[in-house]
Amino acid sequence: MAGRENRKKRIPLRLLAAGGLALLAAVISLCTGAVMVAPGELVQALLGQGGGTTGGSIVLLVRLPRTLGCLLAGAALAASGAIIQTVMANPLAAPNIIGVNSGAGFFVALCSASLPAALSVKLSPLAAFLGAFACVMLVLLIAEKAGSSRIVLVLAGVAISNMFGAGTDAVVTLSPDALVGYSDFRIGGLSNVTMEQVAPAMWVIVLCLAGALLFSNELDVLTLGSDTARSLGLPVGRMRVLALAFAAALAGAAVSFSGLLGFVGLIVPHIIRRLIGSESRNLILGCALGGAALLTVCDVAARLLFAPYELPVGIVLSFAGGPFFLWLLIRKRGRHL
Amino acid sequence: MIELRDLSVGYHAQAVLEHVDLDFPQGSVTVLLGPNGCGKSTLLKTALGLLPPVSGEVLYDGRPLSALAGSEVARKAAYMAQNHAIPSITAKRMVLHGRFPYLSFPRRYRKEDYEAVRRALESAGGLELMERPMQELSGGQRQKVYLAMALAQETQTIFMDEPTTWLDMRHQLEVMRTARALAEAGKAVGLVSHDLCLAMRTAHRVAVLSNGRVRLVAAPDEVFESGALDEAFGVLVRRVDTDGGWQYFCE
Repeated sequence: MAGRENRKKRIPLRLLAAGGLALLAAVISLCTGAVMVAPGELVQALLGQGGGTTGGSIVLLVRLPRTLGCLLAGAALAASGAIIQTVMANPLAAPNIIGVNSGAGFFVALCSASLPAALSVKLSPLAAFLGAFACVMLVLLIAEKAGSSRIVLVLAGVAISNMFGAGTDAVVTLSPDALVGYSDFRIGGLSNVTMEQVAPAMWVIVLCLAGALLFSNELDVLTLGSDTARSLGLPVGRMRVLALAFAAALAGAAVSFSGLLGFVGLIVPHIIRRLIGSESRNLILGCALGGAALLTVCDVAARLLFAPYELPVGIVLSFAGGPFFLWLLIRKRGRHL
Repeated sequence: MIELRDLSVGYHAQAVLEHVDLDFPQGSVTVLLGPNGCGKSTLLKTALGLLPPVSGEVLYDGRPLSALAGSEVARKAAYMAQNHAIPSITAKRMVLHGRFPYLSFPRRYRKEDYEAVRRALESAGGLELMERPMQELSGGQRQKVYLAMALAQETQTIFMDEPTTWLDMRHQLEVMRTARALAEAGKAVGLVSHDLCLAMRTAHRVAVLSNGRVRLVAAPDEVFESGALDEAFGVLVRRVDTDGGWQYFCE
C-alpha cells in the first residue's frame, strides 16, 4: 500500500523536479558566459534596476532573449513531439515527420533567394513559421481526404516533406545566395536571437500548450485505438487533425527563431514517458518542462565548453542527449516504449 | 433497445453479411456465432456506428443511429474491442476513459465519474487492480479492466467482441459468467464468439451466421436441435446432460 501511495506522489514530484531544473538552468543561463553576472546583479537587471551596468545590459539584451528562446523552443519542440507520438502511436515520430522541417526550410530558402539579405534575415523567422504550418496543413488536408488513418498521415508526411525538400534543393541550386541563410537555419541555434523574434512565437507556444492541455483527455482516448476511441464518442479523424495542428504550430513557432533542433522532439517525450507514464496531461506538461530544461542546459554547455568559441547547440544536444537516451533504453530494456 | 433492420454490412460497399434482422433485448446475452470471416465483428461494428452500413438501418430506442451524435451513442452502447492498446497508465485511469462520453466543460472528470469507476471495477471483479499500472497486469486482469471501462459507460447495452481470446480456461469461464450476470442485472449483452461450446453455454439467444446470412436466431437448445451449427461450422455438434445444464462439444 505504501508503495502505491509513493507511486501516486511520484508523478507530481517528478514534474516539480523538471520545473525546478528548468528554472535552475534559466538562472545559470542568465548568469554565465564570457561575462559572469552575480545573482544580485541579475535580479536588479530583471527588475529594471540595472542602471546601465555592463552586466545588466548583457542580461537584458543578450541573455534574456536567448534564455527565453531556449526555454520556449525546448518546451515547444518536446511537447510537439509528445503530441505527434501520441496521435500517430509511433515512437519514431517527431515534428519532422509531419513536414515541419521541410516546410520551414523551403520557405526560409525561398525568402533568402528572393529578398535582399538585410530584409530576408528579418523575415526568415516568419517564413519558417508559415512554411512549417503550411506544409503540415497540406499533409493534414491530404490525409483527411484519404481517411486520416495513422499510416496515411505518415506516408502523406513523407511524400510532401520530400517534395518540399526537393523544392529547397532547387532554390539553393538556382540561387546560391540563398544557401547562406538556409544553412544558418538548418544548423539551428539561439546565439543571435532577439526579443522581437521570440515575443510573437511565445504567444503561439503558450496558447498552443494551453490548447493541447485542454484536450488532454481526448488525446488519452485517442491512444486506445481508433475503434475504442470512436465507440467512446470521440470524432477520431477531426481530433487527430486538431492535435497535429497544435503540434505543428508549436514546432513551427520554435523553429521560427531556433532553426532546426529536431532531436529534442524525439528524445524528451521518450525520457518523460519513462519517468512519469503516458497520461497526456502529465506527459505534455513534463515534456514542456523537461524540454525547456534540456535545451537550456545544452545551450549553457555550448557556450562554456570551448569558450571563447561557441558550439551550435544542436551538436551539444546530440552528443549529450543521444548517449543518455541509449542508456535509458538499455537500463529499462524490455519495458514498453 | 438496439435493433438491426434489413441491415447489410461489409467494407467498401461490398456486403459480407446481408439482410440481417436482429435485436438485442435487455436481460439477454445474444451471441453472434459463426465461423471465422462470416462477418460477426463487422456486424457488431456497424451496430455501433464504427462502420457505415451497406444498406438497411440500425435503431437505438427507435431512433436511427445516423441521427445520433457520437457521445449519445456512447451513452447507450459500450464496446469491448477484441484488441486493445496498452498505454502506460493505471487501471483506474483506464476505466476513467469509460466516462469520456459524459465529459463536459471544463473537460475535467468529476466526483461522480470517479464513483462510477469504482462501481465498475467492483462489478468487473477488479477493485484491487485500481492503482496498478496496466503494463504490469496479466491478460485476465487486463480483460477485467477493459470490462470495467465498458461498464463505467453505464449503458443499457454492452457489445463484446471475442472477449475470451488470449485468456486461459478459468478466465474464459469467468468472462462468460460476468456476461450472464450483466444480462441478469438487466443489461442487453451482444457477444461475438467463434468458440461454439463456450458460447452455447453462455447465451440466452444464439444468432447463427454463415454464408453471408443469419441462419437462425433462437435459444441454444433449439439451435442445437435445428442442426444449423453443424452446417455452419462443418462439424458434428453433440451435447451431454450435466448438473449445470447442457454441455456442448464438437466432433
